[in-house]
Amino acid sequence: MELTTVWFGLIAVLWIGYFILEGFDFGVGMLLRVVAKNEGERRAIITTLGPLWDGNEVWLLVAGGATFAAFPEWYATLFSGFYLPLLLILVALIVRGVAFEYRSKHGDTVWRERWDLAISISSFVPALLWGVAFANIVRGVPLEVSELGNVEYAGGFFNLLNPYALLGGLVTLTLFLTHGAIFLALKTDGPIRTRSNEIAGKIGLVAAVLAVTFLVWTQLAYSEKAWTWIPILGAAGMWVAGLAANRVRREGWAFFFSAATLLLAVVSLFSVLYPNVMPNIDRLLPGLDINNASSTDYTLKVMTIVAVVFTPIVLVYQSWTYWIFRKRLSADQIPSPESGTLGLEEVKA
Amino acid sequence: MDALDLARWQFGITTVYHFLFVPITIGLGFLVAGLQTAWYRTNKDKYLRATKFYGKLFLINFAMGVVTGIVQEFQFGMNWSTYSRFVGDIFGAPLAIEGLLAFFMESTFLGAWIFGWDRLPRKTHLAMIWLAAIGTLLSAYFILAANSFMQHPVGYVFNPETGRAELTSIMAVLTQNTAVTAFLHTVTSSFQVAGAFVAGISAWLLVKGKSVDVARPTMKLGMITVLVSSVLVFITGDMQSRIMVQQQPMKMAAAEALYETTDSAEFSIFTVGTLDGAEPIFTVGIPKLLSFLSTGSADGTVEGINDLQAQYEEVYGPGDYKPVIPIAYWTFRLMIGLGALAGIFAAYALWVTRKGATPKGKWFTRLAIVMPLLPLIGMSMGWIFTEMARQPWIVFGLLQTSAAVSPGVSAAQVLTSLIVLTALYAGLAVIEVGLLLKAIKVGPPDKVDVPEDANSQNDRVLTFSY
Ligand code: HDD
Ligand code: HEM
Ligand code: HEM
Repeated sequence: MELTTVWFGLIAVLWIGYFILEGFDFGVGMLLRVVAKNEGERRAIITTLGPLWDGNEVWLLVAGGATFAAFPEWYATLFSGFYLPLLLILVALIVRGVAFEYRSKHGDTVWRERWDLAISISSFVPALLWGVAFANIVRGVPLEVSELGNVEYAGGFFNLLNPYALLGGLVTLTLFLTHGAIFLALKTDGPIRTRSNEIAGKIGLVAAVLAVTFLVWTQLAYSEKAWTWIPILGAAGMWVAGLAANRVRREGWAFFFSAATLLLAVVSLFSVLYPNVMPNIDRLLPGLDINNASSTDYTLKVMTIVAVVFTPIVLVYQSWTYWIFRKRLSADQIPSPESGTLGLEEVKA
Repeated sequence: MDALDLARWQFGITTVYHFLFVPITIGLGFLVAGLQTAWYRTNKDKYLRATKFYGKLFLINFAMGVVTGIVQEFQFGMNWSTYSRFVGDIFGAPLAIEGLLAFFMESTFLGAWIFGWDRLPRKTHLAMIWLAAIGTLLSAYFILAANSFMQHPVGYVFNPETGRAELTSIMAVLTQNTAVTAFLHTVTSSFQVAGAFVAGISAWLLVKGKSVDVARPTMKLGMITVLVSSVLVFITGDMQSRIMVQQQPMKMAAAEALYETTDSAEFSIFTVGTLDGAEPIFTVGIPKLLSFLSTGSADGTVEGINDLQAQYEEVYGPGDYKPVIPIAYWTFRLMIGLGALAGIFAAYALWVTRKGATPKGKWFTRLAIVMPLLPLIGMSMGWIFTEMARQPWIVFGLLQTSAAVSPGVSAAQVLTSLIVLTALYAGLAVIEVGLLLKAIKVGPPDKVDVPEDANSQNDRVLTFSY
């Protein structure tokens, strides 16, 4: 197989990892204020993400870095083209990271209320925008060849807000919400678990309708291959299985199936896209594909060796931390939920 | 201002800001690991309390390093797309390797350390902080190798057909002397920064009489770290100067505002004159030092700005190859001066606190407060020098900064992101400094429950939660 194809696949793998892992982070963040009814529950919910969220986010950083290394043209055109949406995502990711770390430092309720709101909004924004961005990539965007011979984005901000892309945004939004609720049901105990389970069942149905519409639309409008029906149908099947498992409260299975759905959904999009990486909206005009966007063979070889050696190591230790923190959490395990973790209250007293 | 100027401001602001947190993370990670190791070995309560206290400050700082790092990863593509296309074949590789090798390590093991106090056996838990600290070193190495390619491109060929630079040897990029010395210099100065952070805070606690049993040994640890690393920073800085003279002679000439080529050049410490140093009115200098620093010989010849400008015009065509001279001149001096001052203060503090003495008085408190700022500002000055005195090049000799921006991105877009990010960063700075100060005011915990080993029960209360 050509190395360019291998790297197209590896980048898909990185996005799969990112969507599965940070997907539930986003879901949990958005549900924080919905599921939790008191301070202890809120902190239990955020603590389920505590040891994991930063490692999950690194999947995005590596996806970005790998795109830069393997397909510099794609990296350059995509990130300079989708400028404002990307800025919004960055701002959200900045606020979110800080919010997790800082919200419980203080016992003050106003302080906590504000950070909780920040967590919900900053989880919502990327959950929606990643879908919009991916849908636009699959659909194609206006591109033109510059004086230097580079393929540059030629649209504006509003080109990105077409119905297909907005539907894509709603799909990732609802999938992540459901995935997050299932994760919470799996990782918590007591009332949070029950509520999350119910929410997953409800939003899961909405997500099912949106996702199936979106994927069928993708296949009919943008795919030139019949076989891409396979991952699409697979994704639909996994979602049904996930919702069924959720209904009978087999949380481990439900999580497995919702992760598998995300995997197959990303596989569907990348299969439809292949061999393009950023097609022109007018398919007759030049766009970027794995050949004209890629690095040299030497760089790809170097990167392949690095990836083959280190990816398994990363997977082993990341799985290991998931294993250490596998126990369910509940509100009554949080030490003095009302006070701040910096111990400021002691000073006042 | 056009998109280029705005993009430059944005890069400068976001990167310098990111780099306020990074050196603290790199150095403090190891210091906390050392404190925890001391507790592991001796079982003394004070070391555990010190670990918990500085661990808390470390985490408040780390969060900011992480979130500001995300912007770095994407802004090459957003604002510098022509640059990204031009060097992507070479530059992307270390960046991707950094993510895969270093960021996963840092984030995963640090997460396990924070939440693992009662989930992991003591020894494994200790290993977590060491692994996270080693991760920060790897991170620094790869990013500095990438940056060193911009200072001194190696291991590539220019392909006239595609108009791009292409990688021919990854080993050359990763092991060139520019990268190795930049790494040594940056890491030693990170230890100076983190040492000063610990030293200043502990000195303050000592003066206030809070948790003296924790404050005294940690102050000593911090001050000694500053003292030792000052020496190492000077040695590695000298190595860098020599390499710089060979690879980027214009940078050294700019750092000295040396217009004419000179033998036995003196090192000027201070100048009063026209702002660009073209006509000094009054200077204080050390004879022959500059020649010695640049060439290793007191009588060596140091090339001046005017000669270099003429040479560059011959090689690269007409143009202005001079960086902004006053900035190069003053940032270079401030870097060295502030670092030296930190070293002197550390020696003084160790002297007045010897044999268990506790200094009283305003001056020691003031010293405690400025201590952490000195090397931190010094370090930022060093970076501003390195990056700005390389101008007009973004990749030395290959690509000029003015040609590197994203052609499709409008000034309005860059301005938007510049305003949004700067405002956000300013807001976060206020919050983060506020939290740090509060945590310092509370001081080290008076008592901590010694964490039990791994066999915790499901329903037990956690030792740490968000
Ligand atoms: C507290 C921090 C600190 C201190 C005390 C010093 N430096 Fe430094 N210096 C840095 C922190 C730093 C830095 C921020 O870490 C830089 C920026 C890029 C780099 O690699 O390190 C740097 C860059 C840098 C460069 C530029 C390298 C290049 O652009 O290629 C030179 C020549 C020196 N330093 C030399 C010195 C000398 C001779 C020093 C003392 C005698 C010294 N530095 C003290
Ligand atoms: C891999 C590491 C780095 C890369 C690739 C890099 C790249 C760049 C780029 C693209 C610019 C824009 C050119 C310009 O504005 O003139 C720049 C400028 C700048 N960078 Fe770096 N940089 C790196 C590391 C750093 C670090 C760690 C700092 C400081 C903390 C820093 C500080 C600056 C500053 C202050 C400027 C503004 C210079 C000016 O506008 O003239 N850089 N650098
Ligand atoms: C301009 C180029 C730079 C880029 C693209 C960049 C990228 C990043 C990113 C994405 C993170 C977040 C990692 C996480 O989530 O765990 C990060 C954090 C970090 N970066 Fe940077 N960085 C740059 C400059 C530097 C430099 C020059 C160094 C070291 C000398 C450095 C050292 C670190 C370290 C140690 C961290 C860990 C978190 C922390 O410091 O608090 N970075 N960086």
